[in-house]
Amino acid sequence: MKFTARSLWHVPLLLFAVTMVMPLALMFTTSLGTVRMALLGPGDSLWHVFWPRVWHWHNYADVWNGNVGLDAKVPAQVDFIRYYANSVVVAVCVTIGNVFTSACAAYAFARLRWPGRDRIFLLYLATMMVPAPVTLIPQFALMKHLSDSLQVIAPFINWSGLRYFGTSATAPLLGRLVGLDSYFALIVPSLCTAYGTFLLRQFLLTIPRELDEAARIDGATHWQTFSRIILPLARPGLATLAIFTFMGAWSAVLWPVVVTNLESLYTLPLGMQEFQAQGGTQWNLMMGASLLMLLPVIVVFLVGQRSFIRGLTLGAVKG
Amino acid sequence: MKARGMSSDLRPAMAFLMPNLIGFLVFTAGPILASIYLCFTSWDALQPPHWIGLGNFHRLLGFHSTPQGWRAGDPDFWRYLGNTFYMLLVLPLNIAGSLALALVLNQRLRFQAFYRLVYFLPSILYGVAIFFLWKYMFDPNYGLFNALLGRMGLPPSRWLEDARMAKPALIFMMLWLTIGGASMIIYLAALQTVPEELHEAARMDGANRLQQFWHVTWPALKPATFFIFTMGLIANLQWNFDVAYIMTDGGPYGATTTLVFYLYLKAYRFFEMGYASAIAWILFAITLALTLIVRSRSGETTL
Repeated sequence: MKFTARSLWHVPLLLFAVTMVMPLALMFTTSLGTVRMALLGPGDSLWHVFWPRVWHWHNYADVWNGNVGLDAKVPAQVDFIRYYANSVVVAVCVTIGNVFTSACAAYAFARLRWPGRDRIFLLYLATMMVPAPVTLIPQFALMKHLSDSLQVIAPFINWSGLRYFGTSATAPLLGRLVGLDSYFALIVPSLCTAYGTFLLRQFLLTIPRELDEAARIDGATHWQTFSRIILPLARPGLATLAIFTFMGAWSAVLWPVVVTNLESLYTLPLGMQEFQAQGGTQWNLMMGASLLMLLPVIVVFLVGQRSFIRGLTLGAVKG
Repeated sequence: MKARGMSSDLRPAMAFLMPNLIGFLVFTAGPILASIYLCFTSWDALQPPHWIGLGNFHRLLGFHSTPQGWRAGDPDFWRYLGNTFYMLLVLPLNIAGSLALALVLNQRLRFQAFYRLVYFLPSILYGVAIFFLWKYMFDPNYGLFNALLGRMGLPPSRWLEDARMAKPALIFMMLWLTIGGASMIIYLAALQTVPEELHEAARMDGANRLQQFWHVTWPALKPATFFIFTMGLIANLQWNFDVAYIMTDGGPYGATTTLVFYLYLKAYRFFEMGYASAIAWILFAITLALTLIVRSRSGETTL
């Protein structure tokens, strides 16, 4: 390798890379540290921050089982598995639903001719400029009053009662059917987004029309054209939207905070707060929980890296 | 094929559009309209809202005369507006930082892909887990930063518990999160589109590297910069809530309460839903105004 002045750039670049990775390394080593995690005990050098003397792998078992009490004899206090499951269910449902409804709507906007199409699309575009806080309160109010309204319309169903697994009152709650404290509230408002529709419409416009027109002339129905021709061709666009939707749903804080009060419906961002509440934060367990929370994000990113990068530059760079 | 019936696909279009359109009307368009109404009302989410005209805006933006001089109707609002603008400092810092990184990486260096991935890493992990990590690093007793300061013989700081340090600390965290993220990737892609001939022409005319950057690269990157700024502006409002909620609860003494967090406090801790709706529309106005100002200054028309 030839040494040039340009090679000198590797010095700051490497230093910067270390700066970027160091907090993440700290997260990992801390998660294997001792209770309470006094970061540097007497006689420890700074290196012991990044290389603990003892590696407590059982910390992860404690996190997973929710043994966050300082006293080992105290039973599990935090239902980490439940939070995790809730987050997975919500994020997966939102992702699948949003991609599906957006793809259908994008087909109608990009491929079909109908009166009022451009005006309705303009309406979609206009709402994209409005920030989420604006819709927050009306959406909350809607959720708050939904079960009461449905009770009047369809009184034969108990809309607002809490649901249990089986009949046991001690089994974990399933929440309400609709309204506040329900999976419905966590999932359904995110199923149809203007952003998703816009993204996929733009993507469908880049697919040559001849392909699906040929299918139509061969007698395919719209649904067949959509599902057999358009969807396979749009796969990169669908992947991009799926990744962004998943990441957004996985780390959502504001909406879950507003619509859930039931601990059994907490998603991870809410549930992790419980780790702090138990008499001072145990940072080692907290970091373990945080790492477990990052795992799906890392997997999704590694699987869909190219689609992700494409999505970032979409609309930002011409040509 | 030009029969009259073929020109309109209204029926299939409605079938394809309906699921999305219903959700869009119920959860996006409807709430926006409702919010316009609510910001002119006083509403505690229990009694029906009652119309108070511009009352909320008067209370938020108005000043009244007192024997001690002019007083704001809602001094908190102005303070938190200041905090909001303070937190917007992330944007120019992020733009400058990620552009610098992109410029360095854009030279044909070895391991470019490696650096890009490492710098990009924090931004994909963005979220609650990372906020807890930084809360831990800022912890006055167990955190990394005070440990480092201690080893260097410097006095410790209370970081997030210190009203003066909290905002700079959060901005530092945000910079770590975003500097190698989407903005760097966008700049790297945009740099590929700057024609090499322009640089050559500038070199022929005797421009040094700084002049080349200022007169060739920077103008060519304008659309990218504008895009990053606008997206960053909208995202910044959202970050502010998550960060404040997880890391500081808006404190100490409101030092990290931004307008989004104030909106949340008003709506869900004080149940002043109408007032909170008015705050939401002021946020929208700020976003729109800043976008339009930057747009007109840069002469950019892509968005």
